[in-house]
Order: sequence, then structure tokens, then C-alpha cells
Amino acid sequence: MTTASPPPATLGTQPRPAKRAQRRTRTSWSGWLFIGPFMAVFAVVFLAPIAYSIWLSFFRNQLVGGNGFVGLANYTQALQDPQFWSSLLRVVLFLAVQVPVMLLIALLVALALDSGRLYGKSFFRISIFLPYAVPAVVASLMWGFMYGTRFGLVGNINSALGINLPNPLSPELILASIGNIVTWEFIGYNMLIFYSALSVIPKSLYEAAEIDGASQFRLVTAIKLPAIRGAMVVAGIFSVIGSFQLFNEPAILQSLAPNSISTYFTPNLYAYSLSFSGQQYNYSATVAIIMGVITMVIAYAVQLRGMRKES
Amino acid sequence: MKSRISPAVLRGSALALAAALALTACGGGGGNDAGGAAPEEVSAEDVQAALEEGGDLTVWAWEPTLEKVVEDFEAEHPNVNIDLVNAGTGNDQYTALQNAIAAGSGVPDVAQIEYYALPQFALAESVKDLTGYGAGDLSDTFSPGPWSSVQAGEGIYGLPMDSGPMALFYNTEVFEKYGVEVPTTWDEYVEAARALHAADPNVYIANDTGDAGFATSLIWQAGGKPYTVDGTDVKVDFSDEGTTKYAETWQQLLDEDLLAPISSWSDEWYQGLGSGTIATLATGAWMPGNFTSGVPASAGKWRAAPLPQWEEGGTASAENGGSSLTIPAASEQGALAYAFLDYANVGDGVQTRIDGGAFPATSAALESEEFLNSEFEYFGGQKANEIFAESAQNVPEGWSYLPFQVYANSVFNDTAGQAYVSDTPLKDGLKAWQDASIKYGTEQGFTVSE
Repeated sequence: MTTASPPPATLGTQPRPAKRAQRRTRTSWSGWLFIGPFMAVFAVVFLAPIAYSIWLSFFRNQLVGGNGFVGLANYTQALQDPQFWSSLLRVVLFLAVQVPVMLLIALLVALALDSGRLYGKSFFRISIFLPYAVPAVVASLMWGFMYGTRFGLVGNINSALGINLPNPLSPELILASIGNIVTWEFIGYNMLIFYSALSVIPKSLYEAAEIDGASQFRLVTAIKLPAIRGAMVVAGIFSVIGSFQLFNEPAILQSLAPNSISTYFTPNLYAYSLSFSGQQYNYSATVAIIMGVITMVIAYAVQLRGMRKES
Repeated sequence: MKSRISPAVLRGSALALAAALALTACGGGGGNDAGGAAPEEVSAEDVQAALEEGGDLTVWAWEPTLEKVVEDFEAEHPNVNIDLVNAGTGNDQYTALQNAIAAGSGVPDVAQIEYYALPQFALAESVKDLTGYGAGDLSDTFSPGPWSSVQAGEGIYGLPMDSGPMALFYNTEVFEKYGVEVPTTWDEYVEAARALHAADPNVYIANDTGDAGFATSLIWQAGGKPYTVDGTDVKVDFSDEGTTKYAETWQQLLDEDLLAPISSWSDEWYQGLGSGTIATLATGAWMPGNFTSGVPASAGKWRAAPLPQWEEGGTASAENGGSSLTIPAASEQGALAYAFLDYANVGDGVQTRIDGGAFPATSAALESEEFLNSEFEYFGGQKANEIFAESAQNVPEGWSYLPFQVYANSVFNDTAGQAYVSDTPLKDGLKAWQDASIKYGTEQGFTVSE
């Protein structure tokens, strides 16, 4: 709003201060009128829930003793809660391994599609994207069946070949198994982000490179990758947020592998269990807020890093 | 780029918080209005008057046989209109119910609550004490196990709907094929488990991936009393003799991988029950209906037997599952709701539900010749109710669940369940479960000791 009314250059004399103030007020009110509908919805569906969660996190409601204000006690408890930290560490590990693998595969697929040397390009594009259209719950159930060592695909392979594959639902392998599901689900989505960024690169750049005698590999490293760095940062940030919010897959697999996936397997699952099994709504809100802040910080760090490279 | 990313980040974290809100939105109210007041007095005349006046009732229950009961009740009392809602099974329904109670709106007039979860609702006074409705006169109507399960302190917080005296269901075909005797003690059970698994590595005596309800039932049968509850004074101790018996026996099954790692109610489970992979199932007497509907192809192969004993020649049993109908405290239709409870659980509804395959909780039904003599087609014409009724008589007294058993059961797999997938002994797992229960109880304001 501050830039709204510079004095017109043709006026010659400075307008009187009173007049200027009046005009500025009118301008700012009409502005509010325009953003009013948005702000109202934004306040109701974004700000109010956040404010309410923060409000809740300052209380504690006990089965015996009722509700009471506890200040920051929930926060100190959460920061010292080994279950919370173990859940956080688990998603950090997940993030560190699964996200690079997924983004790298997605990038390779996008480059392959973009190379123009692939036969049946649109068929591959749609079939690689298809898993993203499968709801996460359905995907988890489907993979859960395949992982079964008795009647599932793993079991079938074992009995057909007479071998003994390690159980994908065992505590040691469950995180990798979930990573496999998530990778399968989201390669297509990330591939599409990369592919659309690749397809807007001006053809003249390629022509120029050809004239210079650049190899295909050189095309990738010198033109394509730098051009889609922005898209890579976006995909990275979505993946970071997605990893920290890991919930559907472990929640669905929990019924198949109850001893491998604890109630505090991921931070979101922990918040869910706190609320729905333990009725610790206040503590659950606290965990959610802390996770929100951590996610924001890490996503921001990824963005900063991505931007620094660009400049 | 920058201006596009920041909102994305903001949106992401806002979503996280919004999700948190969805979880927490219902937790605000929390308090309860009853506040330890004397129970409402509602006479039989009031109930009768409410019936004549009629009205709308909302009933939350997942028990399938109630559909017919509701139909009959409405036919008999045309002024009453009942909305029977399946708000989820077990824990899902409790969550919905607790949310409705906390929010103060959408609370049903009647809710099905399992015995193990009832103390939690009774303690919070989320359900009405039915003493003032004349429920105190019903002590001889119900068999002792279920009747004691609906009481907490001085109050009666629900009317028993069904019960789950345990029995051993077994696949005769599997036992005959491998020439193994059906076990009558848990020691024989372990022997049978070895024999069956040795004869065919695909065959297991049972499936088990760690089930809190099952474990506590076996401890109950063994005479253990890990939970002692006196108001808000709670004791959790998994080191008594009964618990030890259970832990030592089950440890052998775990050590030798004699239990199929298949979770109950999963597709694999139904397949296993049908294919003979799972040879026995020790569970409540409410199971036959599930066999008929879930494993229809195996009709005639399964039989029921008394639960294996911890001591040779013993007769002890235990309850597994079973639920009551309650009236949430927020319901304004107490008298009418009680009329329905009385009809469904004491009156004509009982027979309707037995005909539908449910296992009753009333003494009269359990002792009736018709009930005892009914032949189960699924079990090859066996009069299985004789075994179940006998089991109902032999449930050791003095068992109690925690006033926060719903939570405790939810962390069973975090703790005791580790014995199923690692080298952690079951005994240590149970100790960890004990610690987790104590921690939660203390946080919730109980006085908890070991």
C-alpha cells in the first residue's frame, strides 16, 4: 500500500499533507475490500486452526483432574520425549535415503523422455505417472499384500523358487519397504515436474549447442540441468514436506505388521496415536506444532541452498 | 522463484498444523457435567411413559444382530424411531464417541461399549449410572462375569449385551491327518504345536502377532491379576504367578517359531483358517458367527473344545471380548434409551440375538434347554453351547481392567509385541508394557504403583 500514491510529477507543487493523508486512507480501505474475501477464508481455514492448536498446546486435560493451564510444560515434555525424537530421526533417515533415490530416478526418467529417442514416449509417460493417481491408502494395501511372506507375492516367489527372501515387513526392513512404496508412488509426480520444466527450454539453445558440436551428455550437464534447477528445488521441498508428514503408508501397514510399526513410528503417526488412542489432544497439538516448525525450517534451508546455487 | 516457494512452504506447514487441528478440534471441551452427582432417579413408570410418548433414538453399535432387534422394537412401539448407526468397530467407535462427548454435540442416546473399555467411560462419567433406572435389580438376570464387568465402584454403567467365555476352536481335519491329540492343557498345546509344525512346516497351531486382549485373557485364566483398581488408585504388576505361567508357556511357542505371524482379522488369517494353516483358535464364544460368515468353505471341519488348562484337570476359563449397551451422559432421552436397553438385553431382544448367532449374557438364556441343545451345523452338528455355557460358569472372579485400558492395549505391540519379532523375552516385553501403562496413568492423574 505504501507505494500506492506518489505525487504526480506534473503537479509542480507539493500537495498539502492533510490531503495526502486522506487519499492514502481511502486507498488502503478499498484494498482491504478486495482482499477481504480471501483474508476471511484464509483466517478461518488456516490461521484459526493454527491459533487453536497453539492455544491447545498450553493446556493439559487429564482423565483425573480435568483441564488446566500448564504453560510450556507440553513443549518441554515433547523436547525430552524419546519417542518423539525416535520418530523424528526415523523420518530424517527416510528423507536422507528415499528422497535422493526417488528424485534421481525421476530425473533420469524425465531426461530419457525428453531426449526424444524413446519409442512410445507418451505410453511411458502416462504409465510412469499412473501410480501417482492411485490413492496412497490403496497403494499401501496393494504393496502390503505383495510383501506378505505367507500368501503374498514374496511368499509365492519363495515357494516357487524354493528360496527364502527376507521378510519386507520385519522391523529391520519395514522402513525400506515403505520407502519403496513411496518411491513407486511419487516418481511419476516428480518426473512430470522435471519433464515440464525440460520441455520449456528454448529449442534455439539445443541448436546452438549442436552447432558447437556438443555431445548429448554435454547437453544434459550444460543446458538441461541448469535450466531445471528451480524445478528441482520445488520437487525437493515437496519431498521434504512429504517425508516429514509420512503417515498413510505406515498407518495402513501397521495392521499387517503391528510389531514392526510402533505407535510412534513417524511424528504424524505419533500425534495421531496420542490423540486417538490416548486422548492426549493437547500433547498431540504440541507435537504437531513442533513438527510444523521443524518442517518449515528444513524446507526453508533447502530453498536457500537451492537459490544460492542459482545465483 | 522465491516468491513462489515461500507460500508453498507456508502451505505445507499450515497443512501440518491444520491436520493437527483436525486431530485436536474435538479435544477442547473435555470436562464433564455430571461431576459425581447422585445418579438420576428414573422409575419404571417414567420409562413406560417415555415409551408411550415415543421419540427418536440414535444408537451407535456395530453388533450385527441388533438390526433385527431394532426392527422388532420399532414394530412394537410405533411411536419410537431408532436410528441405528455403525460408527466403527471397537476403538474407532470409541474415538468417535469421545470426540462427540468432548464436542458436546452429536452424542448418541445408546452406545455399544466393550467391557474392557467401559471403566474408562465410567470413570469420566461419560455414560449414565443406571442404578437410578432400577438396573440394580438385575443382578440375578445376568451371568456373573458380564455383570461384574459393567460395574465400577458403586455404579452400574451399562447392561451386558453379550459375553465371550473362551473356548478352543480347532480344525479336526488337521489334527486327524497328523494324528495329534487335541490339547487339554497348555503344556499339551505346546507339544501339539511342535508335532503339527514338524509334520508340515506350513501348519501352525495358531496365529499370533501380539494381541493385548488375548494375552490378558490368558493371564486372567491363569489366575493372574495384573491390574488392581480402586477408584483412581491403580496398580499394574505383571510379575504375579498367573502372568509368569502365561509368559513362560508362550515364550516356548515364540522361541520355536510355532505361531503363524498372521494378524487376526486379516485376509491371510481367513485364508489360514480355511486352508488348515492355522489349526486352532482360542477365543470368545462369539466366534461361531464369524466362522460361518468369514470361512464358509470350512463348514464341518471345525469343532469347539474347552479352553486348555494351566493345570491338569482344571476347569478355569476367561472372558474374551463381549460388550454392553450404555447410555451416554449427554443423552436427553435417558428413559426411552433405557427402555431400549431393557428390551435388547433383558427382554425379547435376547432371543432375537441368540437366533442371529450372538452369545447371550443372561443366565436364563444360558441355562435354557433350547440354547444348550442347539446344534451348530458349522461344527458338524456339535452342541457347542454346552461348552461355552460351561466356560461362562468357570471364569475366575476378581479380574479388572485398567480405567485406561483402551490406551494400554494400543501400546501392547510397541512393548510386549517386540517379543514376537526380536530377542526380547516376553517377560521383559510385559514389563515394558507395565512401565508404559504406569507412565500414561501417572500423566493422566492416577496414583499408579507397581
